[in-house]
Amino acid sequence: MKDTNEKKRIRVLVAKPGLDGHDRGAKVLVHALKEAGMEVIYTGLHNTIEQIVNVALQEDVDVVGMSIYSGAHLPLSKKLMDAMKEKGLTEQMVLVGGNIPHSDIEKLKEYGVDGVYPTGSTFEEIITFIQEGVRR
Amino acid sequence: MAKDDVDERKEVILESGIKVKPVYGPDDIGNIDYEKDVGKPGEYPFTRGIHPLMYCKRPWTMRQYSGFGTAKETNQRFKWLLEQGQNALNVAFDLPTQLGLDTDDPRAEEEVGRVGMAIDTLKDLEDAFEGIPIDKISTSLTINSVASIMFAMYLVVAEKHGVAWDQVRGTLQNDILKEYIGRGTWIFPVTPSIRLIGDITEFCSQQVPKFSPFSVCGYHIRESGANPVQEMAYGFEIAIAYVEHLLGRGLNIDEFAGRISFNFDIHGNLWEQVAKFRAGRKLWAKIMKARFGAKDPNSMSLRMIAGGGGGGLTIQEPENNIVRGAYYALISALSGTQTMALCSYDEAYTIPSKRAAKISLRTMQILADEIGMCDTVDPLAGSYYVEWLTCELEKKIAECMEKVEKMGGMIKAVESGYIQNEVSYQAYLYEKKIQSGEITKIGVNKYVSEDEEEQDVEIHPFDSAAAEEQKKRLHEVKSSRNDNEVKQALAKLKEAAGTNENLMPQILKAVRCYATIGEMTQILKDVFGEFQEPIGFK
Repeated sequence: MKDTNEKKRIRVLVAKPGLDGHDRGAKVLVHALKEAGMEVIYTGLHNTIEQIVNVALQEDVDVVGMSIYSGAHLPLSKKLMDAMKEKGLTEQMVLVGGNIPHSDIEKLKEYGVDGVYPTGSTFEEIITFIQEGVRR
Repeated sequence: MAKDDVDERKEVILESGIKVKPVYGPDDIGNIDYEKDVGKPGEYPFTRGIHPLMYCKRPWTMRQYSGFGTAKETNQRFKWLLEQGQNALNVAFDLPTQLGLDTDDPRAEEEVGRVGMAIDTLKDLEDAFEGIPIDKISTSLTINSVASIMFAMYLVVAEKHGVAWDQVRGTLQNDILKEYIGRGTWIFPVTPSIRLIGDITEFCSQQVPKFSPFSVCGYHIRESGANPVQEMAYGFEIAIAYVEHLLGRGLNIDEFAGRISFNFDIHGNLWEQVAKFRAGRKLWAKIMKARFGAKDPNSMSLRMIAGGGGGGLTIQEPENNIVRGAYYALISALSGTQTMALCSYDEAYTIPSKRAAKISLRTMQILADEIGMCDTVDPLAGSYYVEWLTCELEKKIAECMEKVEKMGGMIKAVESGYIQNEVSYQAYLYEKKIQSGEITKIGVNKYVSEDEEEQDVEIHPFDSAAAEEQKKRLHEVKSSRNDNEVKQALAKLKEAAGTNENLMPQILKAVRCYATIGEMTQILKDVFGEFQEPIGFK
């Protein structure tokens, strides 16, 4: 265990799964998280869930965030949660954002997603949620 | 105006960074020479529009983006749109199709038919256009990396309808450089991708003269976060990259420049958008004439589709987007567009519902027929403010282009990730301004209704049965085609891809024997390799 006084920078993976090319939201979030002092790894486009989980493992991140605009957030999130579990990544906080109807939030949380941030969410709420969650 | 009134006014600075005064007058346009800087409509430098009579002769083309599920479903929607008075089609393909993956590819799972229609083989495109009068409409194919394959399919479908290739009209999006900046449906590295654009353009010059071989999309660059100046400047630099490639292949500028078209975005400040297009036409005309030595006025004319951008729409109180769409349509018409496609009110979160698509179409029809939009050409010309702003924007766009030129042009600027970084940083600054309220969005950061029941959005449902149906169709086609013929065609395609010869004839051959998009794309990947996305943030 590291000395709790030593300020460790929160490491976040921002990922774009699947074929969807809408990366504006993901990239904007990368800028915001960096400005908030976090270390951010961005996957770029067209990643499979397996690739994302491997990066999360290699980079030893505290948070995995997926940005999805194609409408495939339910199956992709389910896959991510299953794959993370399989690789023993159970401590990480998982966030999903993008074009997500409010009626799907509960379902995503059932899958084990910690925070869901549909279009229109603010940087502040996401940053606060991460900072409080990771400290916990 | 009393001094106090001026002092109290909040400073107006446009997204382009231009400061706006409260009042403009003759002094602000003192340096403008009408003949040289503005000119008559239809005459160089085309500031007022590219045709002498513009909408007095014919209103803009109305072309809503549509397509979902299977080709058969899309065919029904096409027919319905044409019945409603739309006179052109704008085809949406699903992501697997746009990325050259067959429906049965594991990476295509959950995406088949989701954001457009699924096409695996020629058979699907035949179904999509069954009963559609190809000779009477113009069709826009929204596809980029594999535009050559889709174009070949469309040409074969036209042939099967008995329409000669020199009568086929339409536009291919086919703008790969903007895919690396926004939208993201890239497959191959930059150099072979541009070669494919060259192959298509050359082929069109020879055999399909009424088809626009590529449509340069400032639109998606702006949707990814660029400001209006960057949108135009990067769009022009992309077009220049293609033009230089084509000249390098030995084509004459006037052989193809008359068929280059542009796709631009409209949202944000009304005056800034109108001036952006007037400035853009002027600048493009100068570039084509002075830099590339074009002689044909057609080569100097900036033809565009300009529709309301999804980026201006909001997921909150979606009905407000109907109003925004009407304003964007007005801006588009005041800007002298050739074709209009409006984002439907639900487009901030899904592909348009039938109801939303109809409202968009009616919005354009009301604008064209009810309120005098087609009475006279470029009614804003001569406005002190609009003419002044047009000149300011022209300077800004030229400056922004200069930066890209200094880096060695658009190809280098994209390969290094410079443009992507500039655009995403601009998007970040914009988002911060929205969240702080510096930029106003009604219903988002001003006049937010707290008391109303929270409205949820309806997303076009994913139809897993349609996806299964599509898979079944693919297997039917594969089991009924002549596999030997396919193998031979693919081998020839591979061989040609390794040389400099135009790939269109070999792609056409493979398409005719029902090779799949996935098979053809894989062959090209084997030869060309794949693009590696540069990742960096400033």
